[in-house]
Amino acid sequence: MEKKNLISITDFSKEEIIRITELAADFEQNPHQKLLEGKVIASLFFEPSTRTRLSFESAMNRLGARVIGFSDTTNTSVSKGETLHDTILTISNYCDMIVMRHSLEGAPRYASEVSKIPIVNAGDGANQHPSQTLLDLYSIKKTQGTLDGIKIMMIGDLKYGRTVHSLLEALSHFNAEFIFVSPEELSMPMEYKNGLTDKGLKFTEKREIGEEINSADIVYMTRVQRERFTDHMEYERVKNAYVLRNSMLANTKENMRILHPLPRVNEIDPDVDSNPKAYYFEQTENGVYTRMAIISYLLGVKK
Amino acid sequence: MSKDKKVQVTAIENGTVIDHIPADSLFKIVRILRLESEINKVTFGTNLESKVMGKKAIIKINDRYCEQEEVNRIAIIAPMSIVNTIKNFDVVEKRKVVIPDSIEGFVKCGNPKCITNNEPVKTSFSIIKSEDITFKCRYCEKNTYQSEMILIK
Ligand SMILES: [Zn+2]
Repeated sequence: MEKKNLISITDFSKEEIIRITELAADFEQNPHQKLLEGKVIASLFFEPSTRTRLSFESAMNRLGARVIGFSDTTNTSVSKGETLHDTILTISNYCDMIVMRHSLEGAPRYASEVSKIPIVNAGDGANQHPSQTLLDLYSIKKTQGTLDGIKIMMIGDLKYGRTVHSLLEALSHFNAEFIFVSPEELSMPMEYKNGLTDKGLKFTEKREIGEEINSADIVYMTRVQRERFTDHMEYERVKNAYVLRNSMLANTKENMRILHPLPRVNEIDPDVDSNPKAYYFEQTENGVYTRMAIISYLLGVKK
Repeated sequence: MSKDKKVQVTAIENGTVIDHIPADSLFKIVRILRLESEINKVTFGTNLESKVMGKKAIIKINDRYCEQEEVNRIAIIAPMSIVNTIKNFDVVEKRKVVIPDSIEGFVKCGNPKCITNNEPVKTSFSIIKSEDITFKCRYCEKNTYQSEMILIK
């Protein structure tokens, strides 16, 4: 069997994305499937991320695999200056799969060229975080019943937010319609908009949330960070325009759900949390089933 | 005798002559063809008069014929260059350079957080042929544009 990795969302075809959401649904129905008894998976967090690491390790444990690895590089050979090449080559001899997070962009792609076993990217700097995208897609499918023809409003930092870019690329397979709401400085980059135009997909751009929210099936929130602004006065002027409040949801569609990659700071007012349309905490639970699906698919125990 | 007719750089018997190089790109091409470690005789001329380009440069490599793949690397710096193959003092072939679909090494990724700028990893790009040639990094997936391109030393 040829080795398969998950480094970037574009590594998976449309059919594979659909298959992962089906497998995630299957694991949610029946989470006790010890398909990986006797397997060892390395969880290598060159950059700490407690939430993502625990979600992955929970998925590995539920599948019956043994987990080895590190949650940061203190007291490892990496802190002594070992190259990524040598670390990956060595550890790939100890296990059946490597899940890794790294602050340097492209590190997992390089690791996949060094390693004989599958690599899963759990985030590389501002580049890719494909398991987040797949769990977002699973959340959309679960709440909307389908991935096809979704109207999605993306709000906040659309320039640097890697999650919105990957989600946009994945949803481009499914005839989605996009509403981009961001400050001018953080608007969706041209290359992504051109990509949508080339595929004949519709999008609109707004500076405020406004009435358009009433037509959305999914509202995808991201955080607008002060550090992203060259002009801090501008940040002060615009920051409140991208905060979601319960009062804005009164006329939204019954099926509409609010997603957020978390952690949230203040971009969703706590008064939204009790609204049944708030879905961001269930979304994290979907992450474990999605990661079980990814791991078992790449190791070939689920086809 | 008019200046145009004078031979500006000595002719060679056999080898390769790369002509129509913008004068300010000469040393980049020397590097991209690894001519600093060339064992054959190499002659450079720069700031030569050219009716079309103002100042041009020329490179003559004795007794070496360049593969198309090799000369195509020149295209990312000087797309108007012409590569002449010389046999017995005659130009037997004139080739245009073609921008390749991908390139390994030579070009540095413009993203300081890219793995290739922090670990001993050879760069690799797919090339998108737009107005400003775009190098898409195989690793960090970011674009580096020709206008801001830096060559690896
Ligand atoms: Zn790069």
